[in-house]
Amino acid sequence: MYDVVIIGAGVTGCSIARELSKYQLKICLIEKETDVCCGTSKANSGIVHAGFDSVPGTLHAKLNIQGAALMEQYSEMLDFHFRRNGSLVLCFSDEDRPQLEELLQRGIKNGVKNLSIIEREELKALEPNVSDLAVAALYAPDGGIVCPFGLTIAMAENAAVNGVEFKFSTQVESVKKTGEDFEISTSRGRIVSKTVINAAGLYGDTLHNMVSGEKIEIIPRKGEYCLLDKSNGEVVNATVFQLPGKLGKGVLVTPTVHGNTLIGPTAEDILDKEGVDTTARGLKNLTEKAVLSIPKLPVKTVITSFAGLRAHISREKKDFMIGEVSDCPGFIDAVGIESPGLTSAPAIGLYVADIIKGKLNPAEKTDFIERRKASVDPKSLSFEEHQQLIARNHAYGNIICRCEVISEGEIIDAIRRPLGATTLDGVKRRTRSGMGRCQGGFCAPKIMEIISRETGREETELIKSGEHSLLLSDKLER
Amino acid sequence: MEERFDIVVIGGGPAGLAAAVSARRAGIDSVLIIERDKVLGGILNQCVHNGFGIHTFGEELTGPEYADRYVRMVEDMNIPAELDTMVLDFDADRVLTVVSPEKGLRRIHAGAIILAMGCRERPRGALNIPGYRPAGIYTAGTAQRLINIDGYMPGRDVVILGSGDIGLITARRMALEDARVRCVAELMPYSGGLRRNIVQCLDDFDIPLLLSHTVVEIHGRERLTGVTLAQVDEKLKPIAGTEKHIPCDTLLLSVGLLPENELSRQAGVELSSVTGGPVVDGDLSTSIPGVFACGNVLHVHDLVDWVSLEAETAGKNAADFVKNGKKPAGERVYITPGPGVRYTVPSYVEKGNIGEKVTVRFRVADRYKNASTCALAEGKVLSKKKRMVMAPGEMEELIIDGAALENAASVTVFVEE
Repeated sequence: MYDVVIIGAGVTGCSIARELSKYQLKICLIEKETDVCCGTSKANSGIVHAGFDSVPGTLHAKLNIQGAALMEQYSEMLDFHFRRNGSLVLCFSDEDRPQLEELLQRGIKNGVKNLSIIEREELKALEPNVSDLAVAALYAPDGGIVCPFGLTIAMAENAAVNGVEFKFSTQVESVKKTGEDFEISTSRGRIVSKTVINAAGLYGDTLHNMVSGEKIEIIPRKGEYCLLDKSNGEVVNATVFQLPGKLGKGVLVTPTVHGNTLIGPTAEDILDKEGVDTTARGLKNLTEKAVLSIPKLPVKTVITSFAGLRAHISREKKDFMIGEVSDCPGFIDAVGIESPGLTSAPAIGLYVADIIKGKLNPAEKTDFIERRKASVDPKSLSFEEHQQLIARNHAYGNIICRCEVISEGEIIDAIRRPLGATTLDGVKRRTRSGMGRCQGGFCAPKIMEIISRETGREETELIKSGEHSLLLSDKLER
Repeated sequence: MEERFDIVVIGGGPAGLAAAVSARRAGIDSVLIIERDKVLGGILNQCVHNGFGIHTFGEELTGPEYADRYVRMVEDMNIPAELDTMVLDFDADRVLTVVSPEKGLRRIHAGAIILAMGCRERPRGALNIPGYRPAGIYTAGTAQRLINIDGYMPGRDVVILGSGDIGLITARRMALEDARVRCVAELMPYSGGLRRNIVQCLDDFDIPLLLSHTVVEIHGRERLTGVTLAQVDEKLKPIAGTEKHIPCDTLLLSVGLLPENELSRQAGVELSSVTGGPVVDGDLSTSIPGVFACGNVLHVHDLVDWVSLEAETAGKNAADFVKNGKKPAGERVYITPGPGVRYTVPSYVEKGNIGEKVTVRFRVADRYKNASTCALAEGKVLSKKKRMVMAPGEMEELIIDGAALENAASVTVFVEE
C-alpha cells in the first residue's frame, strides 16, 4: 500500500514526486515509457517564461511567476542548466502596438519585474540580428531558458534518492476507488494507494475519466521544431517571440542552454496522442516564420527536427487543471499542463504537495537530501582539474562523442547514476552524446557497446527509447 | 617538460599515414601521428571490399590491406603513433591540446601540423526529412561499421537513400548477408557514386536504382516500419501524386560527406564554403602558416589512391616548412572554378613557390559526355584533357606546368563541351 501513486514521469510528475519526497510518505511513480522525460517534457521550447502571457488571476499566471522565480534556486540546488537570457516579443507594425501595450500591462498585473517596451534602436542594440521590420518589442530581462531534460532528470534523480519508487514500462489499465483507497491495475500488476496524482500529460483525460463523472478531453496540440548547429554561434542572445498579429501566431527563435539555436513551435490540433511526426508543411512554415524575426537565420544548418505534443485541455477557460477531483476525493489532477507548464513545474510540485499534505498530514523527513549533483562536465573544469579527473578515472580521457566531446566516463556515469540510462536516447538526454551535428553517426555503436557492457544486456536487445525500438536486428554468425 | 615534435599529423587514416611516411622520407625524424581510434587505418578498416590501390600499388586490395601497407611503412620507419588519443584543439602557434585515457590531458608543440581528420557523413537531421524519429535509421557508414567491425545487422529490410559510394557498397554488403534491399533512391538524375560501384553493387544484385527520387516521410514510432518515396522534378521538389509507400525496417543514408573541420574552424583556419575543407595554396598549406591539409578533410575524394598521393605532397611540404621556415609570400595566382566546375584544390599558388608541376583537383557540377576539362590563363590554355564521360561523383585533375603559372595572373578551370 502506497500513500501516493503518481502517474506520469514528465516534468510535472517528477516535480511533484521530488516535493513529496521531503515527507514520510511511501510514494510510487508509474511511467508507461522506459525512462523519465519521454513525452511532452522532452519536446518543447525549453523556455522559462517571464509570465506576461498569462491571463491575470489564473493558475497559469500564479504558477508561472512562482516557477520562474524558483528556477534559478532549483538549478543551483539540483545542478541543471538554466540561464536568464531575457525575452523579447517583436512587434512588426505600428497597428499592433496596442497588443504589445496590453501584454506589458498584463505582465505588470501578473507581477513580472523589469518589463518595458523598447523601440527599434534599443532593440537593435540588444539583438543586432533582429529584423529591421520590427518597430518595437516588449523586453523581459527576467525570461530564461532551461534544459528540459536536465530539469526533469534532476528532479527525478533527487526524488529517487529520497525514496520515491519509479516503475517504468508500466501502463495504467484502470483506476478504481475501493472504499478509502485506490486500486490501480497496470500492465505490470496491481498497485494499491491512498491517493493518486494524475500527471499523465496527454493521457490525463483517460485517467481522470476513469474516476470522475465530469468528463474532460485533452487534445494533442502539435508543435514542430528545428534545431540549428552550434557552429553558427549564438544568432540571438534573448528568446525572440513574435507578437501575434497580422502574420498570425508567431514562432520563437531562441538560444538553448547548450549553445544551439532552436526555432519553433508550430501549433496544430491533431487526433493522435502519439503523433510526434514532423511534417513537410510544418517545417516549411516554421522556417518561413522564423526568418521574419531573424532574416540572417542560418536555416540550412538544421541538425535535427522534432515535434512535441502539448496536452491542451478542451474547455472555455484557458488554464491548468490542478486539484482534487470533486467527485473522487483522493484523486488529484495535474492536467492540461501546456505552456507555461515547464516554467511552472517547480511551483506545481509545491501546489500539489500542499494538497497531499492537507489530506495525509505527513511528517517531514529528517534525512531529506536536498541537493543533487550532476555528472562531472569536464568542459567546465580548468586544465589542471581536467587532468586530475582523467588521472583518477581514465574513462574520462576516452572521447566517445566527437561533436559534443563527451567522454566514456560521462556515459558510464549516466548509466550508473540513480535512475540511470538504459537506452540510447536515455544516454543522449543525460550526456548530450549524439546530440551534435553528426547526430550519433560515430558514437552510437560505441555507446551501444558501453550500455551492453554496463547493463549486461546483449546489444541486440538494446533500444533507442520505446520498448519496441530495437536498434539492431541480429548478430552475425562468424 | 614541454613535449615537442617537428611534425604532428592529426589522424591516422590513409591521409595521415601517407603524410607521415612522406615527411619522414623528406628527412624529418620527429613525426607523431595522433589517432583517436584504437588502431591505425581510419575508415579503411571497415571497407572490407576490394578495389583499393590499383593506382598506388598496381593491384586490387581490400581497405584493411591497403591500410596495412602504410601501417607497415610507419612501423618500419619507427614513426610513433598515439592511439586512442583525441585532439581537442590547436592554435595558430601550433600548440595542440590532446587527451587520451592513458596519458590524460596534455599539450604538444608542433613545428608543423598536418590535418588529416577525414570526413563524416551527413545525417538525417541535415536533410530534415519529415516524419517520426524511430530506431532503424543509420548512415551507410555506421551500418558498414556495425556489420564489418561489430558483427551486427542493423536491420533486414532495407531502403537506401543516396547513391554515394558508401551507400552502394553497403547495399551490396547487406544483400550478401541476405538482407532484402528494396532500392537505392537518388535525389539527382544521376548517381553520386563511381560507375563501377553501380554495376558491381546494384546491377549484379538486382537492386533497383531509382533516380530523381527521395524519401518524403518516415514511418514508425519505435522501429522504422516504412518510408514514403516520391519522384522529384528538375528543381528537386517532390512531385505530388508520385508518392509510394515502401515497407522497410531500416533506412540507410548515403547523402554526402562533409570534411571534418571542427578543429580547423576552432583554430581559425579559413574554410571553403563549397568543399567545407580548408582553403589551401599549391603547397597544401592552409591560411595558418605551418598547418597543412590533405585527404578528405581537405576535399572529399573518390579513390584512396588520390588521397595517398595528395598526402605525400602535404608531408613533403610540411617537412620543407620545418627545415626552411615559411617561404616568402609571393604574388598569388588564383585558380578559380569556371563553368561546370564546383571547386578547385588548390585555390591559389604563390609565385616563386610554384613547383615543377601543379596538380589541380576538382569536381564537375554535372554529367558530361565527350567534353574537355581546361585550365585557362589570360586566354592561354595551360592544360587540357579530353574526357569521354564525366560525373560529379568522380574527381578530375589537370596537371599544369609550373613555369606557365609563374607567368599567369589568374587561372580558370572549366568544362568545355
